[in-house]
Amino acid sequence: MSLIREIDFGTPASKSEKMVTLTIDGNEVTVPEGTSIMRASMEAGIEIPKLCATDMVDAFGSCRLCLVEIQGRGGMPASCTTPVAPGLVVSTQTPRLKDVRRGVMELYISDHPLDCLTCAANGDCELQDMAGAVGLRDVRYGYEGENHVRARNDGAINIKWQPKDESNPYFTFDSSKCIVCSRCVRACEEVQGTFALTIEGRGFDSRVSAGMQHQDFVSSECVSCGACVQACPTATLTEKSVIAIGQPEHSVVTTCAYCGVGCSFKAEMRGEELVRMVPWKDGQANRGHSCVKGRFAYGYSTHRDRILNPMIREKVSDPWREVSWEEAFAHVASEFRRIQYQYGRDSVGGITSSRCTNEETYLVQKLVRAGFGNNNVDTCARVCHSPTGYGLGQTFGTSAGTQNFDSVEETDVVIVIGANPTDGHPVFASRLKKRLRQGAKLIVIDPRRIDLVKGPHVEASYHLPLRPGTNVAVVTALSHVIVTEGLFDEKFIRERCDWSEFEDWAGFVSEDRHSPEAVEALTGVPAELVRGAARLFAKGGNGSIYYGLGVTEHSQGSTTVMAIANLAMATGNIGRPGVGVNPLRGQNNVQGSCDMGSFPHELPGYRHISDDATREIFEKLWGVELNNEPGLRIPNMLDAAVEGSFKALYIQGEDILQSDPDTKHVSAGLAAMECVVVQDLFLNETANYAHVFLPGSTFLEKDGTFTNAERRINRVRRVMTPKNGLADWEVTQKLAQAMGLAWNYRHPSEIMDEIAATTPSFALVSYDYLDKLGSVQWPCNEKHPQGSPIMHVDGFVRGKGKFIRTEYVATDEKTGPRFPLLLTTGRILSQYNVGAQTRRTDNVVWHEEDRLEIHPHDAENRGIHDGDWVRLASRAGETTLHALITDRVSPGVVYTTFHHPDTQANVITTDFSDWATNCPEYKVTAVQVSPSNGPSDWQVEYDEQARRSRRIAGKLEAAE
Amino acid sequence: MSNDAKLVRMANQIATFFHSQPPADGPMGVATHINKYWEPRMRRQFFDIVDNRGGAGLDPLVLEAAPLVRRPPAEGLATQQPGV
Repeated sequence: MSLIREIDFGTPASKSEKMVTLTIDGNEVTVPEGTSIMRASMEAGIEIPKLCATDMVDAFGSCRLCLVEIQGRGGMPASCTTPVAPGLVVSTQTPRLKDVRRGVMELYISDHPLDCLTCAANGDCELQDMAGAVGLRDVRYGYEGENHVRARNDGAINIKWQPKDESNPYFTFDSSKCIVCSRCVRACEEVQGTFALTIEGRGFDSRVSAGMQHQDFVSSECVSCGACVQACPTATLTEKSVIAIGQPEHSVVTTCAYCGVGCSFKAEMRGEELVRMVPWKDGQANRGHSCVKGRFAYGYSTHRDRILNPMIREKVSDPWREVSWEEAFAHVASEFRRIQYQYGRDSVGGITSSRCTNEETYLVQKLVRAGFGNNNVDTCARVCHSPTGYGLGQTFGTSAGTQNFDSVEETDVVIVIGANPTDGHPVFASRLKKRLRQGAKLIVIDPRRIDLVKGPHVEASYHLPLRPGTNVAVVTALSHVIVTEGLFDEKFIRERCDWSEFEDWAGFVSEDRHSPEAVEALTGVPAELVRGAARLFAKGGNGSIYYGLGVTEHSQGSTTVMAIANLAMATGNIGRPGVGVNPLRGQNNVQGSCDMGSFPHELPGYRHISDDATREIFEKLWGVELNNEPGLRIPNMLDAAVEGSFKALYIQGEDILQSDPDTKHVSAGLAAMECVVVQDLFLNETANYAHVFLPGSTFLEKDGTFTNAERRINRVRRVMTPKNGLADWEVTQKLAQAMGLAWNYRHPSEIMDEIAATTPSFALVSYDYLDKLGSVQWPCNEKHPQGSPIMHVDGFVRGKGKFIRTEYVATDEKTGPRFPLLLTTGRILSQYNVGAQTRRTDNVVWHEEDRLEIHPHDAENRGIHDGDWVRLASRAGETTLHALITDRVSPGVVYTTFHHPDTQANVITTDFSDWATNCPEYKVTAVQVSPSNGPSDWQVEYDEQARRSRRIAGKLEAAE
Repeated sequence: MSNDAKLVRMANQIATFFHSQPPADGPMGVATHINKYWEPRMRRQFFDIVDNRGGAGLDPLVLEAAPLVRRPPAEGLATQQPGV
């Protein structure tokens, strides 16, 4: 193992297909037209000295170090800003160049501290490297003059000096080491698209500044993505972990365990200590970019709250008792057997985790089907993207997004509906914003004015601020305009879809009652905006649709997914780069957990459990007979538990008590069970009702694969020993063995081999193959040996694309005199889902509590001021939190995040759910808001119960 | 809300969707959906409502679909121990 050193070509690659040949230092080099001389040279293995150039941003030409001489041209042009041309003869090293470069370096170093030995960048400093490269031996100017280096000059205060800015929890900014190359400023603009950094002052006074003058990093608009730190060639911007630990000595490429973008990172290590996570340039989802969570928020993996020993207890009111792994496994096995004997085979089940690997998920569903002998297995996708599976399955024939993330680079019009990418999927958002700055158009359909609606150098052409719950009406109205105004793509539809179904659907959407004018009163969106947006989408070139849980988590979630699919087909936007229907998946492995047969009705690869041929494949391999009936979904399990026919549940990496709706119903279901087994990193909320706790391992501690939102199977690689002793797949295996199953996987790669052998869309996938290709998007089989970046290229998976009528049906969750406002929920950048991980990192500096966003008008009516405690009540329950008054939400709509357990946002949400999949309707709850003095009785009671249930015998009370 | 009431609501929600589809798809659509996604004890409960309580509360389309819904195996079979 060694440190992976990525080559910095200095300037970005050119996409031109036309090739140009030139000569550099006597070597003939052929590169795409538009390539810089610097890059061409590096491709030939000749490194031209540089400081302000790096290939993550465009050339800037400021440092004057990369000069070259070109035969027949005068002067010494900068190689970073000079493009190649046919027949050029370039010299990168001449006596004249040597002198000039050394002179430039001499000037830089004359205003730079000489503390190299104790500097955090020692060993990873481009300035140091360049001083070496140009042979700098002496600084004739001395160090005494005007400078930014020392706090005092001859005893007098040096006003040019600035103290170190340590306000950001993860990195420091030390202006005294800055060479003002602008790489950080450009990374913030070009890569992240936040424009938080700038250069203030002129000439010798210029310096990097976050936000307005004299703002520190943490109070500026900086989103802490880390791009500037990565771009910095000196120690000016440095990870605090590097300052604390030192330079890493080896690195391993792995995959982030936060959102569904699935960024590739280099885990840079010193021994088993993680020094830092650096986004990997070759990562095909993130292309070298990151967000604050993946880049920095990994501290939870070593947090003192982690539970490292298995624990059991008889009653949930007892304190936990630490036991050996053997005792824990034997206990679970005997309890599950007892319960099945007493209450029937179908009285137990399991929940797979979208945070765990494909291999681990596969094993849990295998344990349920082969070991428990039923199909009571479900996964958290039930509560997020199950409508995507259903809707896209019905219309296109497969349950997945149609594109890769690179596709956004070729899109011309984007619809973002029910998603907030800058917070939920930040790295994708940065890639989208880059395309928008190049001129692509944006339509946002969201009740809330999300950041994408208007931000630095990005502005949506249309924002349709619909009332929560009216997605189907709005999307159908878009189709109404497209059909009635003849804007549909007839050629595409005739070739690729069933024409008679299209005609039926076209007749349906053309009815007057679906016109933007007719639905305006109910959606709240001005008809003209809908018409404008429809025309733009239909005629604006490549049209793509990105959506999130604001689409799926409704009683008509599946219908909206179908409406989106209809819209894409009607406009011919399927089957090539730049278009498509793209669900933005919430968790790192939601796609994978669905692919792996986590749903109670289907085996891996989305094959229904009633299909004899599919069952036979698994029955032969597993040596058991499989039940051909669908099992219970999570909400059904809880219903059955309350009713008394469901008694035991094995939950891997999922906190249903906090994340599922209608908390009181969930807790009643859990309380009615006789054996709840929770496998997790921490004593999560669900564990309050658990009888057995099996400690889990982090993504840093195991091998496996995650599948991201673009169907990309990425390797997860172990970089440290599991602190709890076992990787999660080993825990499930040992549990299965305790139950008498003859499993003997020695490595997760063997599990993947079994998946490939049984699942046609994974036929060619193996760890060796992934190592060779880096990553691959399924289907990956004989027909698509390189995987499938874009789906439905030559035809839909189901044959002909199916248009389906989408009638708007108002949710039963209605506002009225008691509950006049609509609550919708979402995420914030720095926190992740239920916050179990991010709350245990320094990310809390950005979001220490969930707040209720309320429009000034609604606040005024209720006598609520910014920051007041407010009571939030629905027919399901009530909670309290602090108000945040903002016009980002419309009058009549309130909004909150759900990252903190003490907020208990899901006490408020109801038991309404999607008609097709039972996906809960999180996004619409009728509520009332009123002033309050503090936490509700329920919150106090809950907190007390949670505290009691976390006691461990012989230990002081666990924190949180 | 009782489990029965929940089940009725779920069935009716499915029917509501199929009401808007071409009429020929209606009963078969509802029945296929229930067959594919409802666990046997849910279907057992469903038939209890249909057979013994006159389908109280169920959408007429659900009742029309009921004969096409697969009858779950008798309870005794379902409670067998798995043969591991």
